[in-house]
Parts: sequence; C-alpha cells; structure tokens
Amino acid sequence: MRYDNKTPVIEVQHLVKNFGKVEVLMDIDFKTYPGDVICVIGSSGSGKSTLLRCINLLETPTGGDIFFNGKNIMDRNTKVTDYRAKVGMVFQQFNLFNNMTVLQNCMTGQIKVLKRSKKEAEETAMKYLTQVGMDPYINAKPHQISGGQKQRVAIARALAMEPEVLLFDEPTSALDPEMVGEVLEVMRELVQNGLTMIIVTHEMAFARDVSTRVVFMDKGVIAEEDTPEVIFNNPTNPRTKEFLARFMHDQ
Amino acid sequence: MNIPIILAATNRNFWETVVYLVQVGGKDFLQGAGKTILLAVVGTVIGCIIGFLVGIVQTIPIQPRDILVKKIVLKIVRIIMSVYIEVFRGTPMIIQAVVIYYGLQEAFGINMTAMFAGFVIISINTGAYMSESVRGGIDSIDRGQTEAAKAIGMTHFQTMFSIVFPQALRNILPQIGNNLIINIKDSSVLMIISVDELFYTTRTLVGTYYIIYPTYLITCVIYLTMTFTCSRLLRWYEKKIDGPDSYNLAGTGPKGLNEQYRRPTGLTMQMFNRKYNDQRSAMR
Repeated sequence: MRYDNKTPVIEVQHLVKNFGKVEVLMDIDFKTYPGDVICVIGSSGSGKSTLLRCINLLETPTGGDIFFNGKNIMDRNTKVTDYRAKVGMVFQQFNLFNNMTVLQNCMTGQIKVLKRSKKEAEETAMKYLTQVGMDPYINAKPHQISGGQKQRVAIARALAMEPEVLLFDEPTSALDPEMVGEVLEVMRELVQNGLTMIIVTHEMAFARDVSTRVVFMDKGVIAEEDTPEVIFNNPTNPRTKEFLARFMHDQ
Repeated sequence: MNIPIILAATNRNFWETVVYLVQVGGKDFLQGAGKTILLAVVGTVIGCIIGFLVGIVQTIPIQPRDILVKKIVLKIVRIIMSVYIEVFRGTPMIIQAVVIYYGLQEAFGINMTAMFAGFVIISINTGAYMSESVRGGIDSIDRGQTEAAKAIGMTHFQTMFSIVFPQALRNILPQIGNNLIINIKDSSVLMIISVDELFYTTRTLVGTYYIIYPTYLITCVIYLTMTFTCSRLLRWYEKKIDGPDSYNLAGTGPKGLNEQYRRPTGLTMQMFNRKYNDQRSAMR
C-alpha cells in the first residue's frame, strides 16, 4: 500500500454501535490518511451515516476505538470539543443556525471555539464564503436562501474552522437535482485543494470521479473497500455488484 | 368624618362619582398600579431566569463516559427541581403567600417586608411555570441545531447560550407574555399578606369612601390598560427579534454594506449548473 509509512488521520478499530438490541455497526475497521477522499456508499440502513456520526462522536459508540492522528479519542481524558473542532461535519439537512445570518453562521464557531478575534473570524468566513460563491448573501438568514445555497454556506461554515478532516453526511440528498450540481461543484473544488474528506453519498458518478477509495457498506459491515476503478468496474463482493447494478439501472 | 363623604357621594350621579374618585384617590390608584406592575415585571423576569436555569440543568446530557460524581449530582439536582416544579405549580399562590410570609415568620423567625415576600412568591411561582415552558421551548428546537453546534466543537453551554436559547426564547415569548399578564392580575392575591398593590389599594379606597362599583370599575380599567400595553409591547418585541423580511445582497445595499467583499468575477448559479450538467452528460 502507498500509505504504509504514514499515520492515518482517522483510524477506526473494531467499532460497534447498537441501538438497543439492533446492531447497526458490527466490528468496523477503517483508516483515512491525509489527502484521502473516501466515499462511503451502500443502501439505506446499512450504517453509513451512523459510522460518520460515530466518528464525530455525535453518536457514542458501543464499543471499539477511534484514533485521531494516533490519539485515542474514546479515552476519557481526550477533550471531545477540541477534537470536534478539527473534524468538520456537513449535514444532510444543512443545520444552519436559524438565529444567525449567513456570515454569523460562519463566524460563531471561530469566535467561540477557536477564540479568534471578530475581525479575523470575519475575514476567514468571507474567504470561504467567497470560495463557495455565497459571499453576496452574507446578510441573509437561512430561511431566506435555497437548499443548495444553504448547503454551500454549511460547507463554508465547516471550512472556516479549518478542519483536518471534513465529514459529509449525504450532503446532496435533501436537494433537488438542479441544486445537487452546485453543491457537488463546490466539493470537487475542495478535492482539488487536497482536503481530506469522508463522504457518505448516493451520487455514484461523483464517488467514481473524485474518491481515492470507495467503501461499500452492507448491513453494518464494510463489505468491500477499494479504489473506485475496482469497485465500479470489477467488484468482487456479490452484494456490491447487486447494489451497483440496481443503482445503474435506476439511473 | 365619613358621614359627609358618604353624603357627598350620594349626591353625585355615576360618572361624577368616578371623576370624584379619580380626584381623591387617583394618587393611591397610581401607586397601587405602580406596585402591581413592579411586582409583575420583576417576578416575571426573575421567574424567567429561574426557568432558564432549570431548563439548562434539565437538558445537560448524561453520557456513559461521564464520571460517577457528575451523574449522581445531576440526578439529585434534577429530583429537587421536579419537586420544586410540582409543589409550586400544584398549590395556589395565595396559600404559598401565607405559608412563606407568615409561616417563615412563625417557624424560623425570618422577617421580611411584605413587598419583598411578594417578589419572592411571584418569582418562584413564575419560575415553576417557566421551567416547563423553557423545557418545551428547548425541545422545540430541531436536534440538528444542537448537532451542528457540537460538530464545530462548541461545549454544551456554548451551544445552549448562542444557538438554542436565542431560538427557544423566541418560541416561548408568547408564553412569557402570558405569564406577565397573569402576574399583573394574580399579584392581587398578595393582598392576603397586605402588599399594597392595586387590588389592596382598591379595597382600602372602598373601605374609606364606601363607593363600591365605581371604584372597582376604575381598577378594572387600570388592569386592562396595563395588560393590553404589555401584550402590545411583547408583540412589538417579537417582530423586532424576527428581523426584516428581506435582506440586501452584499455591496448592493443602500449603505454599501460589506462593499469590500464584493466579488468582481465568479461563477453564477446558472453557470455552476450548466458546467455540472455538461460534465454529467459527458460521463454518460
């Protein structure tokens, strides 16, 4: 492997998550190296989103360990807030702060968490809002802009924290086809800038084009993990074949 | 002393009596109304603060990885809070007033002025109701808001103060208005511990001049004026929080807002879409 001498940014070991008696994640092992763009695909209910939410500790894992740059974040002494500040997250439902304008959305984390000055926070926020093309809308409230625009602001908000890894939880699933384009365009740009990303997505064409590795999840386990060429052209696992065949058929 | 006054009153028709009452008792009415509004406003404000404090504690998440002491302390505090809410919501304020004012005096020798006792009683009573309203207000905020705040590294308290409370406050503002209006009216029960608010003053005036109906009519009008003014003020404040319906694009606003950030070139949304759709069709 080309990664052997690097430390993974995020390493998941034997991750287990149960909701009551339902086993959602069973013994997940998974590594992300700096510069990786990992797309997690799979049918609904296969545990993709739960995996992502466990990585950010929005869900408390039932068992297993998660390492961030070699440090175990499941350890009691690790400050979760410090870790989360370095791992950004973009949600399916955008989750922009409704009581703030677009600009304030991108500034509040920098001021409250990173303790940046107001001026610095504003400059950083504007830099990333410009990158996602939302700089003209800084005075708008979230309910005044469209879904695609909201998601671009949400990406800018995450970027403004200057995270080491950015997690995307189905960022385009709540958007209509026309708006999907503008969000994916922004994400492609991030890939070109070399940001490390883990993306849960149903956009197969996007996954094929941008990812360095594709993870196929099925019923709470990683069924197959490989380069996009192998997954999309030569999958070994029959479940992967079945899933992709159905997907391509739908398209 | 009283006899000429009674005669004087009986010599007037209804409206003349009202005017007469305003002349002789106007200052008392105003003083009483002033105390009523003071009791209601202070009680509501302190009650809201109590409500929010209880609301914060009740929503602190207990996680499996937390230390045992934190879990135990939180459990105990929460039990105390539920007892507080149930007791003060479940008993009449008039009885709470007697128990707190006279009871503390007899049992523990704690002396406080009637007015101070009034503030305490209204505050803790409102606090009990507000705790539940605040809990409802916090519950009404989409979980995504909290998750997004946590995902950028905010602590529970930062999340609560900068994201959840401002939105919850907006949602429970009608409830706060309700409480303020109820407090304006219900502070009248404090006459049982001789707080000289509007109702107590009215009864005193009735006892002095033996004019019943016109006195109560004036009181009624004063109460209505106070409650109506408060409800309008709160409405106005709600609108103010909501902010304007429209927004200015940066650089196009009347004041040239954020002019320095105006983007000289860049992709418009249509260009974004066209570029993406081209790429997509090329893929197929």
